[in-house]
Amino acid sequence: MFQATLGSQDVAQSAVNIPEIDWQAISPVVVVFVAACLSVLVEAFLPRERRWSVQVTLSLLTVVVAGLALGLYVNSDAVVGTGGITVAGQAVPLFSADYPALFLWGTLLALSFGALLLIADRSVDGGAFASPVPPAPGGDPVQYQAPGRQTEVFPLALFALGGMMVFLAANDLLTMFVALEVLSLPLYLMCGLARRRRLISQESAVKYFLLGAFSSAFFLYGLALLYGYAGSVRLVDIAAATAGTDRPETLLYAGFGLLVVGLLFKASIGPFHAWTPDVYQGAPTPVTAFMAACTKVAAFGAILRVLTLAFEASSWEWRGVLWAVAIVSMLIGAVLGLTQTDMKRMIAYSSIAHAGFLLVGAIAMTEDGLSGTMFYLLAYGFTTLAAFGIITLVRDGNGEATHLSQWAGLAKRSPLVAVTFAFLLLALAGIPMTSGFMGKLAVFSAAIADGMAPLVVVALLASAIAAFFYLRVIVLMYFSEPAQDGPTVSVPGAFTTAAITLGVVVTLLLGVLPAFALDWASVGGFVS
Amino acid sequence: MTPTYYLLLSALLFTIGAVGVLVRRNAIVVFMCVELMLNAVNLSLVTFARINGELDGQIMAFFVMVVAAAEVVVGLAIIMSIFKTRRSASVDDANLLKY
Repeated sequence: MFQATLGSQDVAQSAVNIPEIDWQAISPVVVVFVAACLSVLVEAFLPRERRWSVQVTLSLLTVVVAGLALGLYVNSDAVVGTGGITVAGQAVPLFSADYPALFLWGTLLALSFGALLLIADRSVDGGAFASPVPPAPGGDPVQYQAPGRQTEVFPLALFALGGMMVFLAANDLLTMFVALEVLSLPLYLMCGLARRRRLISQESAVKYFLLGAFSSAFFLYGLALLYGYAGSVRLVDIAAATAGTDRPETLLYAGFGLLVVGLLFKASIGPFHAWTPDVYQGAPTPVTAFMAACTKVAAFGAILRVLTLAFEASSWEWRGVLWAVAIVSMLIGAVLGLTQTDMKRMIAYSSIAHAGFLLVGAIAMTEDGLSGTMFYLLAYGFTTLAAFGIITLVRDGNGEATHLSQWAGLAKRSPLVAVTFAFLLLALAGIPMTSGFMGKLAVFSAAIADGMAPLVVVALLASAIAAFFYLRVIVLMYFSEPAQDGPTVSVPGAFTTAAITLGVVVTLLLGVLPAFALDWASVGGFVS
Repeated sequence: MTPTYYLLLSALLFTIGAVGVLVRRNAIVVFMCVELMLNAVNLSLVTFARINGELDGQIMAFFVMVVAAAEVVVGLAIIMSIFKTRRSASVDDANLLKY
């Protein structure tokens, strides 16, 4: 009974070991978190009229400065790829700025720059965000909100971004759990901030919150069981424990299963996707763009890290399960996407199918699989960001016109928007000359090289099914007569134009000249 | 008294919480069930710390408590805001988004 107390002095002496911090390596994360705290102070102390411009400047500047810090570190004389926060005497950092983390940080910063531009735009109808204060009694709760200058969304977005950056770089499960909450909690709130259609926005926030909390409890129970199995929650210690044979394997399997459920939920894969369509549809569209692009990067970064660093040795035991999950995800996304009549829901099901394709690359467990998956994340993120940017533009009297029938004949009314959206849909479908094709090529060839040909056949089948509903929208836009009282296409403000242009240019560039990004993605693997 | 009993108790609490999330209708009760799951995890962590004879698990339990507290703040804010517009905290009433 007193053993733990007596032993605690030894424990204390060995455990308090000041870690070495490579500040330059983690500078992008530090910049984002410091700016997030500043942003909260701005919200608290600045008068209401000046907040909006200060918040927009601060958050866009933060992302640029963090990107510059990342660029400086990568091009500096220091040894890149092994930095982070390291405990003396241990080879693997606790918090690792290794090559995959650096690549995905760059991806996250670029994507969140685009998403912040969409969030900041209020040229169309005064912006998408409302004060969370409820309307006065007797007012119409569904529609009415004075077009106030809503700025709470900026600090929330910065905290979410910081959490994502930590989530994909953490080398132990506890840091990963805390980062998971730091990225999720602001996202739950951001979902509920829509100015129009408040009921479905709040409904999406409640659904996302309850299911998200449920899944993080699973993640946490997995963490606890793996701690019981390995005696540590560091990924390398878990890997070392799986190499031995004298430990109870029940704990390993149960812990792995629960942990992975939590991760798959965040990445909106397969049978754990139920929240995705509702939340994507209900949340304000700029927030949906942020979630669809950035959360996916963070979640897959963490999945790749956990599978590679902690569970590579036991991969033959879990691979079959993840095969099944990938197949289910691709088929659910592709088949249910066919039946959708709402544009945002359709893109949500497309994202579930894409998550399945990404998982195919992630379970290849080879260098090509890693670099292919990261390239796919980069390509998919920009395409989906621009697609949601376009969705914010097509509007009628009640806000965004997201029903498919309202998009009929859009090409006659606004040829430029139609051709841009058609290009993005082709990229999502994976047509050559777009980034979607190169991403699928990279992922599927890595999977075939690792002996997963049957899975790739299913994936190609799912791509073909999914291509049908993308093409249906293109046919609808070009070969239907526009309705008399159809929606109008708003002239985008400078911010939205910039975000859509960024997405389209990257989609095209990665489709034509993918080599440079693929080279960056394959510079090196995880430090282990 | 072997620590295994505590692990079984923890698994039982976690299961009760998970079943509660699935069957209860009031958002607040669902949320309390999630908190029950988190506390079941805390019990496991502390028990494993005892089995391993080290303090790591106990410190992790503190992290979990802090995170759970933050989650309560955000969760109750969201549930309050939907309650104010709908006058109901039932998860069945919020059904505008489907299929």
